[in-house]
Amino acid sequence: MLEIKNLHVTIDGKMILKGLDLKVNAGEVHAIMGPNGSGKSTLANVLAGRDGYVVTDGTITYQGKNLVEMAPEVRACEGIFLAFQYPVEIPGVNNIYMLKAAMNAIRAYRGEPPLDAVEFLNLIKEKVKLVNLKEELLNRSVNEGFSGGEKKRNEIFQMAVLEPKLAILDETDSGLDIDALKTVAEGVNSLRHHDRAIIIVTHYQRLLNYIVPDQVHVLSDGKIIKSGHRELALQLEEKGYEWVKQEAAAA
Amino acid sequence: MATKSQDVETLVKKEYAHGFVTEIDADTVAPGLNEDVIRLISHKKNEPEWLLEWRLKAYRHWLTMEEPKWAHVHYNPIDFQEISYYSAPKSTNDAPKSLDEVDPKLLETYEKLGIPLHEQKMLAGVAVDAVFDSVSVATTFKKKLAEAGVIFCPFSEAVQEHPELVKKYLGSVVPAADNFYAALNSAVFTDGSFCYIPKNTRCPMELSTYFRINASKTGQFERTLIVADEGSHVSYLEGCTAPMRDENQLHAAVVELIALDNATIKYSTVQNWYPGDENGKGGIYNFVTKRGDCRGVNSHISWTQVETGSAITWKYPSCLLKGDNSVGEFYSVAVTNNYQQADTGTKMIHLGKNTRSTIISKGISAGHGQNAYRGLVKISKNAANARNYTQCDSLLMGDRCGAHTFPYIEARNASAQVEHEATTSKIGDDQLFYCMQRGIAEEDAVHMIVNGFCKEVFKELPMEFAVEAQKLLSVTLEGAVG
Repeated sequence: MLEIKNLHVTIDGKMILKGLDLKVNAGEVHAIMGPNGSGKSTLANVLAGRDGYVVTDGTITYQGKNLVEMAPEVRACEGIFLAFQYPVEIPGVNNIYMLKAAMNAIRAYRGEPPLDAVEFLNLIKEKVKLVNLKEELLNRSVNEGFSGGEKKRNEIFQMAVLEPKLAILDETDSGLDIDALKTVAEGVNSLRHHDRAIIIVTHYQRLLNYIVPDQVHVLSDGKIIKSGHRELALQLEEKGYEWVKQEAAAA
Repeated sequence: MATKSQDVETLVKKEYAHGFVTEIDADTVAPGLNEDVIRLISHKKNEPEWLLEWRLKAYRHWLTMEEPKWAHVHYNPIDFQEISYYSAPKSTNDAPKSLDEVDPKLLETYEKLGIPLHEQKMLAGVAVDAVFDSVSVATTFKKKLAEAGVIFCPFSEAVQEHPELVKKYLGSVVPAADNFYAALNSAVFTDGSFCYIPKNTRCPMELSTYFRINASKTGQFERTLIVADEGSHVSYLEGCTAPMRDENQLHAAVVELIALDNATIKYSTVQNWYPGDENGKGGIYNFVTKRGDCRGVNSHISWTQVETGSAITWKYPSCLLKGDNSVGEFYSVAVTNNYQQADTGTKMIHLGKNTRSTIISKGISAGHGQNAYRGLVKISKNAANARNYTQCDSLLMGDRCGAHTFPYIEARNASAQVEHEATTSKIGDDQLFYCMQRGIAEEDAVHMIVNGFCKEVFKELPMEFAVEAQKLLSVTLEGAVG
């Protein structure tokens, strides 16, 4: 589904990703871990097409297409979803109004007719239970006055409604207490599907206690320096990142 | 021409949508201003002697005044001798008795503007007094309004039919010598709307005026006077457009509102005068004096304005809160794109006890646009327990525009409570990216974010106008980001 080769990315002229390789197949869950400043969020943003992230070398192929050339909204319509680390507030814009606009933009891209109000509301009612989002938040302005946990739940709720093919969760666990973490993880788990891939970007392994990844990658200084299975995450928790770096340097 | 402009419209959507010129025979006075011109205008309108004297007095005072310079706007000096002060469509010399007699080209123009002028529009519950250049062309629904006792007619007709009302209230809120442009208007105003709601009457429909400047090198100086007698209620809508022309055109109107005891006036404006092209050439100078007088106890005046047009907008719809417990409100969205400039806001003058005012101002700047909020909240010595809440928000799009806030607060009574909140935000790249990451195209995302920003004001507009305002906003800001 996603193949990244030798990816080099700069921000404001500074090289952040320095030859990253990653392959993700449909149905898989990958965890990208690494110390602060290793380039984790850069990877998430470059996949989503954020302005200011310049690909200077390498390729990103998504479902056989060159992702780098696609506008952000086209990527979204092609099924890429980013759960933001810091979801923004949009005053005066109703939460489900925006979601409906998104839904229907994606449907229009696929050549499908827009959902009418009733169909959409039924869908909302079904999905809102998945993440235990308070219904009163649906009709508030997007993320305005939401607590940190509510914002993250809202992201996963949007993901559940939009049903992406490739979901990228950028530090979704940060700022969540243990109950919220469990709920969010349950929501994500319920969205695991044989033709959907999920990339989890995280600093800590605790989210991986609840969302068990197929593969774990360690990102350090703009490259993936080690890949493994779930045990790798536990080792990282126990021993920190330093030993992986040394091992990679030795190799 | 009409069809051409439609072709252009489909080609370049963001071009000014109302920029067509109607070719009709017009009776236009040669440019220039002197007492003879004023006498001529007064004579053409068959005015009584007192009104001519009122005009001349205003003119003589105007001659002693200087053009004010304090606003945060820049423009080349206006040559007042270059302007023609009177332009009437010729066919109205023998006034039309019904819509059938109105020049079909005029009606076509209104069709294009989407003005409801035909009987079918009765369903919409809107009565229209359309001012085309200087003379009111046709007023609908007079009969239905007359049954309710409501007078709604062109100003010049009111002068003939209801001189006692006009004489009593004209200039009682905005005196002829109030300011430079109000004095000019008082001297040369050609037409406008007059509205009187009798005691304890709820006006059975929304009243509406549509203004359009058509002839070139003419100024438009209309005068609106609305009197809501005790216990009455009226909602009044005003819309404006002008054709695209290279030169600047002056629009200096005066609007006076009077609310007596327990009366309510709601005045909504969607202003879409031609703003000039993307290089700042042409466009309307919109220098307008609007003031409401809450003369009676428990009276209520509410201004709602959506200002998307004009090269320069310079106006402060204000409320004089004289009656005890009276309420003044000002809800405004002002948009400047390209080289547009706006210096707008309000004055809330608290004179009576327990008076309350609310100011919600939303300024949006894009391109090289400059947007200033200027507002005065004045609590006089006797205005015990006055309250004001002011909220000014500015939204910037791009990095070449500007937003400025000039709040003035004068409180002379210790029991006053005055709150002021101001925010300036840049239309967030973060907000845009968030929407786009969800699949929403950039233009749609901008539209959504800007409408969200303006929501508190739009909800004050009558439904039909709210829809129009949203459309206007998206047309005005098309291409402003990216």
